[in-house]
Amino acid sequence: MTGSVLDAITVSVWRGNARQGGFEDFQVPQQPSQTILDVVTWIQRHLDASLSYRFACRVGMCGSCAMMVNGIPRWTCRTHVNKVMQDNRLSIEPLRNLPVIKDLACDMSEFFEKWKRAEGHFGGKDSRTQPVAAISPTNSARQAAAAAIECINCAICYSACDVVAWNSDYLGPAALNRAWSLQNDSRDRRQAERLLAVSSAGGCLQCHSQAGCATYCPNELNPTASIAGLKHLAAVGFLQKKSRDRHG
Amino acid sequence: MVELRLYLAQRISAAIMAPLVLLHLGVMIYAIQGGLSADEILARTRGSSFWGGAYGLFVLAAAVHATIGLRNIMREWWQMTGPLLNGLSWIFGVGLLVAGLRAVVAVVGTA
Repeated sequence: MTGSVLDAITVSVWRGNARQGGFEDFQVPQQPSQTILDVVTWIQRHLDASLSYRFACRVGMCGSCAMMVNGIPRWTCRTHVNKVMQDNRLSIEPLRNLPVIKDLACDMSEFFEKWKRAEGHFGGKDSRTQPVAAISPTNSARQAAAAAIECINCAICYSACDVVAWNSDYLGPAALNRAWSLQNDSRDRRQAERLLAVSSAGGCLQCHSQAGCATYCPNELNPTASIAGLKHLAAVGFLQKKSRDRHG
Repeated sequence: MVELRLYLAQRISAAIMAPLVLLHLGVMIYAIQGGLSADEILARTRGSSFWGGAYGLFVLAAAVHATIGLRNIMREWWQMTGPLLNGLSWIFGVGLLVAGLRAVVAVVGTA
């Protein structure tokens, strides 16, 4: 890489661990079509090999490289420097709402544990010996699932969510969005258990519909709408159960 | 199930309050067009089972709605849980209900 002093970007990178840390400034040459991940990689390759961060695919598929860029959660491999740089400065921090392991790498354990708590896994009705289920693409449940299905588990929504910040028990937008896509999967047989899991304490009813998740989702999903769908299912399910109990 | 009951109670109470607020504002704006004193208003509301019912229902719905909202705020902002959270919520809710019903009695009571 080449670059002049005039092109240099002042990059404030958060360095530290779960106990302590602070910002450290680096001068990085500006390049055409440069991404935030390119900047972080340049620092690690040329200035400080001890900088820790996480990435894998570099093309917006794997969801590994999300970080806070100028205070906003972003997928760094698909975020161009010239779109987000302010006065030739960048600040890069680990994702909000997740414990830091080191520097820019977060511990994603609780994020995936909540995915499990929300019953975010598929439980099929059929065995592999049965024919593949035919689901019409025009089916309304299939379309609702399709709107929620392209999640890459990057945790940007989880990081953007104020309810997660306030209530560590809250499952968060990604896990609830996943639950919504499965509630709309007609092949799934775990819908009653999942609805109970997502409507219990820490579940979908805690969402304030602030839509931080939908604002920052890099794949332009709308977890707020998915959570609203879960709230509706939970409320209707509860009232129907009450009605059944009353009428025997 | 407690969370689901509270969630539904807050939505149902909001649905009750919304038309009552519109009724209150609409009648208030309509009634004062020609000028109206407090005594004249009270002369119309005292002994009225309609206004007693409407404002009584509003106070009940407001006490439920506000209490659940405040409970959420106390839990999220101050990390309150358990008996402290529920105890403070009950005190606030009952206090709001009593204060509101006193106001209703003042408007519709005939004594």
